[in-house]
Amino acid sequence: MDDLLKEYLPILMFFAVAVGLSIVIVVASMVVVPSHPDAEKLSAYECGFEAFDDARGRFDVRFYLVAILFIVFDLEVAFLFPWAVSLGKIGMLGFWSMMVFLGILTIGFIYEWKKGALEWE
Amino acid sequence: MANPHDYATAAPEIFLALAAMALLMLGVFRGNRSTRSLCWLAVASFAIALLLVFQAPAERSVSFAGMYVADSFTAFVKAMVLIASGAGLIMSMGYIRDEGMARFEYPVLFMLATLGMMMMVSANDLIALYMGIELQSLALYVIAAFQRDSLRSTEAGLKYFVLGALSSGMLLYGCSLIYGFTGATGFDAIAVALKGQEHAGIGLIVGIVFLCAGLAFKVSAVPFHMWTPDVYEGAPTPVTAFFAVAPKIAALALFMRALIVPFLAISADWQQIIIVISIASMLLGAFAAIWQDNIKRLMAYSSIGHVGYALIGLAAGSTEGVRGVLVYLAIYLAMNVGTFACILCMRRKTGMVEGVSDLAGLSKSNPMMALALAIFMFSMAGIPPLGGFFGKFYVFIAAMNAELYALAVIGVLASVVGAFYYLRIIKVMYFDEPGEPFEGPMSVEMRAIIGLCSIVVVFFAFYTAPFVASAEVAAAALVP
Repeated sequence: MDDLLKEYLPILMFFAVAVGLSIVIVVASMVVVPSHPDAEKLSAYECGFEAFDDARGRFDVRFYLVAILFIVFDLEVAFLFPWAVSLGKIGMLGFWSMMVFLGILTIGFIYEWKKGALEWE
Repeated sequence: MANPHDYATAAPEIFLALAAMALLMLGVFRGNRSTRSLCWLAVASFAIALLLVFQAPAERSVSFAGMYVADSFTAFVKAMVLIASGAGLIMSMGYIRDEGMARFEYPVLFMLATLGMMMMVSANDLIALYMGIELQSLALYVIAAFQRDSLRSTEAGLKYFVLGALSSGMLLYGCSLIYGFTGATGFDAIAVALKGQEHAGIGLIVGIVFLCAGLAFKVSAVPFHMWTPDVYEGAPTPVTAFFAVAPKIAALALFMRALIVPFLAISADWQQIIIVISIASMLLGAFAAIWQDNIKRLMAYSSIGHVGYALIGLAAGSTEGVRGVLVYLAIYLAMNVGTFACILCMRRKTGMVEGVSDLAGLSKSNPMMALALAIFMFSMAGIPPLGGFFGKFYVFIAAMNAELYALAVIGVLASVVGAFYYLRIIKVMYFDEPGEPFEGPMSVEMRAIIGLCSIVVVFFAFYTAPFVASAEVAAAALVP
């Protein structure tokens, strides 16, 4: 039991440092920072939208497009990390599987680029 | 793990995937003016995939660590799916040009949906099953909303998406329960785990119920049919024609494999579910269509009814039952493609019309089209010697031999009620006062499709024996 718990000691230390550091940062910024509040600064900030507004408001569909594209490539990276770490163990099949996956993604990327999804103007 | 044999088994799918990506690149660099040639290239790809399907050896081969299976059953169903997709795309060409929706993504989405369907047919594992269904569904959601300036089309797409996502959720929940209670996701492995059991535990039954609910959604069987009339009515007509045939065939094949292969030992447990949804679908299909005037809605209810008849064969759970379903689906394919080709020719100067009453007097203005439509309607009503009769005959025989007498009797009665609205269309065409004629002439593709489908339906009686024999071989590959 003790051995098991000892394995978690680094995490406990990390947790203590994280808590301590964040308390220091929050307190220090409250003490040190120059403060000139106004209504805009005190209102909640939410991606450029009014925080409390009609949910049916219109907004540019390009926001949506950018978010979707972000998710696709974010997920790609999420797959690439474990692949890169275990590349030595999964052999040629693992390597080429990822190459096929990247190839398909590249085709999608060329499509969206040619369609002009990446231009904002 | 993966070896050349794996890739050889999946050759049609791999080819179709590569072709779809190549066409996407071609389209994006050449723009929408290449849509028509892309459509023909996609049809050619379907034809090549069909050749690859037929070229595969007939014996069962399992690959990709048991995830993927190819045998004579998958070959039979894939052939039907590819023919349905090809016909759907050919029928679309004139329509998408006239309605201003000829964008090059259209054929590519058709190909991706077809790829998903082939994956569904060959799935031998709950994971592969889900992957196939999602690939197919995501492409179909987009195609349903393809006429994006039309309110009805976007509504159809959105409705289909929301309800489809719900059904996928139920399906996944069922899969996870099945995995939890049997410890396997592969169909063969589940069958091994259940060997010798008479009845399933309650947890597994709940899993199977959810799996059936998700699949019933995809084949639009009652009580999961609510999306069908709205989506069929709202989607562009050639898309409806595609929806009514290819995905149904693939989903019914998947339904059969996903119940029969892993759960044959406990068939008494799922049989009752199938019997109930089969009866409900037949009755709803027969009664709800009576009041419809929109022909696309009418075809939606008609397809719900047809799914009910096809499920009779699954309820029987025997080689004979599966054979009946396959024969039924093949004839259903010919009848539905032909009928929708006729509906696509219902065009006046003001645009497409979809009312049954718009067919009034068609026998005078366009006798050939009226004759073809009358043949399809008689066949759907199941009147001998047309094809539709044989489809029903073989599923009812299977039900009788499986001692499901009540199911067969209700099926026959429902088909009598259903005959009413099919015959009403014929009455409107032949005996009502003619209205304004449709714009002619029909395009060559349409004439060819309508002609071919009528020949298949009319002359089915002459080649019933060899066809049923090949369906028998396919069915024997599924049911041990």
